[in-house]
Amino acid sequence: MRLALLADIHANLEAFRACLDHARDRGADRILLLGDLVGYGADPETVLDLAIDLVAGGALALLGNHDEAALGGGSTGMNDMAATAMAWTRTRLTESHRRFLGALPLTEEEEGRLYVHSEGSAPALWRYVSDAEAARRSLEATTAQATFCGHVHRPALYALGETGKVTPFRPVAGAPVPLARHRRWLAVLGAVGQPRDADPAACYMMLETVPLVATWHRVPYDVAAAAAKIRAAGLPLGLAERLLVGR
Amino acid sequence: MPGRVIDGFTVAGIRHEGGMAVLYDVTHPDHDLPMLMKVPRLREGEDPAAIVSFEMEQMIMPRLTGPHVPRFIAQGGFDAEPYIVMERIGGEPLSHRLRALPLPPPEVAAIGAAVADALDDLHHQNVIHLDVKPANILFRDNGQAVLIDYGLAHHETLPDLMAEEFRLPYGTVPYMAPEQALGIRSESRSDIFALGALLYQFATADLPFGEPQHLKGVKERLWRDPVPPRRRRPAIPPWLQEVILRCLEVLPENRYPTAAQLAFDLRHPEQVALGPRAEKTRRDGWLTVLHRRFRQQEPVARRLGTRTQIAAAPILAVAVDFAEMSDDLAGALRNQVQKMLASRPGARLACLNVLKTALLSLDTTLDEHGRNRHVQRLVELQHWARPLGLAEGRATFHVLEAADVADAILDYARANLVDHLVLGARASTLQRRVLGSVSGKVAAEAPCSVTVVRRRGGD
Repeated sequence: MRLALLADIHANLEAFRACLDHARDRGADRILLLGDLVGYGADPETVLDLAIDLVAGGALALLGNHDEAALGGGSTGMNDMAATAMAWTRTRLTESHRRFLGALPLTEEEEGRLYVHSEGSAPALWRYVSDAEAARRSLEATTAQATFCGHVHRPALYALGETGKVTPFRPVAGAPVPLARHRRWLAVLGAVGQPRDADPAACYMMLETVPLVATWHRVPYDVAAAAAKIRAAGLPLGLAERLLVGR
Repeated sequence: MPGRVIDGFTVAGIRHEGGMAVLYDVTHPDHDLPMLMKVPRLREGEDPAAIVSFEMEQMIMPRLTGPHVPRFIAQGGFDAEPYIVMERIGGEPLSHRLRALPLPPPEVAAIGAAVADALDDLHHQNVIHLDVKPANILFRDNGQAVLIDYGLAHHETLPDLMAEEFRLPYGTVPYMAPEQALGIRSESRSDIFALGALLYQFATADLPFGEPQHLKGVKERLWRDPVPPRRRRPAIPPWLQEVILRCLEVLPENRYPTAAQLAFDLRHPEQVALGPRAEKTRRDGWLTVLHRRFRQQEPVARRLGTRTQIAAAPILAVAVDFAEMSDDLAGALRNQVQKMLASRPGARLACLNVLKTALLSLDTTLDEHGRNRHVQRLVELQHWARPLGLAEGRATFHVLEAADVADAILDYARANLVDHLVLGARASTLQRRVLGSVSGKVAAEAPCSVTVVRRRGGD
């Protein structure tokens, strides 16, 4: 089974489509969307329509903090740009979009793999796995052999070995990493729609399940078009600029 | 074990019992080559490093290709019975020659060049071996070196489980680079240091830093220099001492930047630039050593990936054909080379000229003026390169004697791991039609990038 894991799409239709095409060309059997379909970007409706179609066809979609914020009134913890974009996003959604978002689960587990937007210890608190200690907290809170999450917008991999140490690793695009069974892993997906590791190319993961092998892919997409739409929609200019540089 | 069948592999007998693993001969109906099965020792109380190291080897081996590694066949995971099946390389490991040391310098150089070729290939595959020693080196029948045992290796696109799990540096003490003793595992030039220690041992019959039993003793090599090889064996030529001591420099940036450049020097002794390292007759005085010890400049982990580092130190070769070339083209060729060298301070340049020999070898190397043509060509090459203003040792000069110019250049590029060839194109289309295009053939068949320099609309 070959799974395509996409997180942090953030209403970036160009990046979303580029990753989906890339994954289909490489024979993905199933699509998993690990949260934050909306927020920041200028195409929340089309991205949600696409996600609804995918889920109808068997894809999995999970709730992210921006998806949750799009439903409710609050934007706690968000910076000004994010809050402005969120207020705008709410005005774009239809009732069916809201129903779809409202029904998304926080986590999903299959065959020892945990999928979650933020991390495993308290998925609804939206904590970030930015270092080995945060990875340990998540790994120690669950029994999953491998945890896959997004939220951070920078790809990373953490291994918990028998000696109890957590090994951080920065994945190299296109290089497969076997996730051996007797070790526990936490993989952070990069962002599809708003990468923040100085590489503007969209990032997603292809995951082989038997044996478990993860490959982070970088997919170039029409960044200029996505940025132009953000400007045209009257969203904060910083949101367009950051796409161009991947920050 | 013997007699058992594991995943279709029939275990014959024990080939070797090592500290961390046992090697068995195995056969399989689908695989018609000699094979070994490596099984880790997983007994109670065994060093947990043995498990992690085997795990690393299981991740790294399936990704390695080419003649310098044993071919990977199959593996079994830890959930059932962990093993790796690989090609068995015939012959004895280099360690079997330890009894016959010292070896004559030409043989030491030949062994060193073969091992350096293998390291160059490995480094291009993003792998640093980190345990280069005689027991881990075998040779194929054609003389190519094969590096075995990837249990301590570092792969740049895989998580390094050895680095984070254990505090102690793992490696083999006599050959371990100083930065490895400090726990740095991402330096490809650590392998060049280890090969330097091996060459020292094979040339002198002594280990450059002895065999200290504690980490403190291993770290001494950060400030204490080895006895110069020529002091131990005066028969060792100065060029070989230069090469060995350059490999053994404390700071990686003072060693050869790439294994390919080391192989190049070992194959061209007459072209090795001799510096203070070649002259050294004794170890540094106590004052110098004390100064180093207390104002130590320690190696630091490098930020660049191995391939980026290798790419910054390529071997360029320029083929200069005086008979066919106008002054303009010679200048354009020089300009091109200058540009390529300017951006890469670690690059070195081999200047080639092919002296055509008749197929019937009644050819004399003396022309009618009685001057040696070979020497004359060398002088002309040096003259051509002089405006480049290259430091001694950065450029070397080679007159190749061959019947076919393109073949000579291609053979040279293959044998010397050349990264980039530069040559001028014959100007006249008529000549090209009659004589065939050297640059065309070289561009089509070269094992590396080729830049052909031609004057615009020139004649």
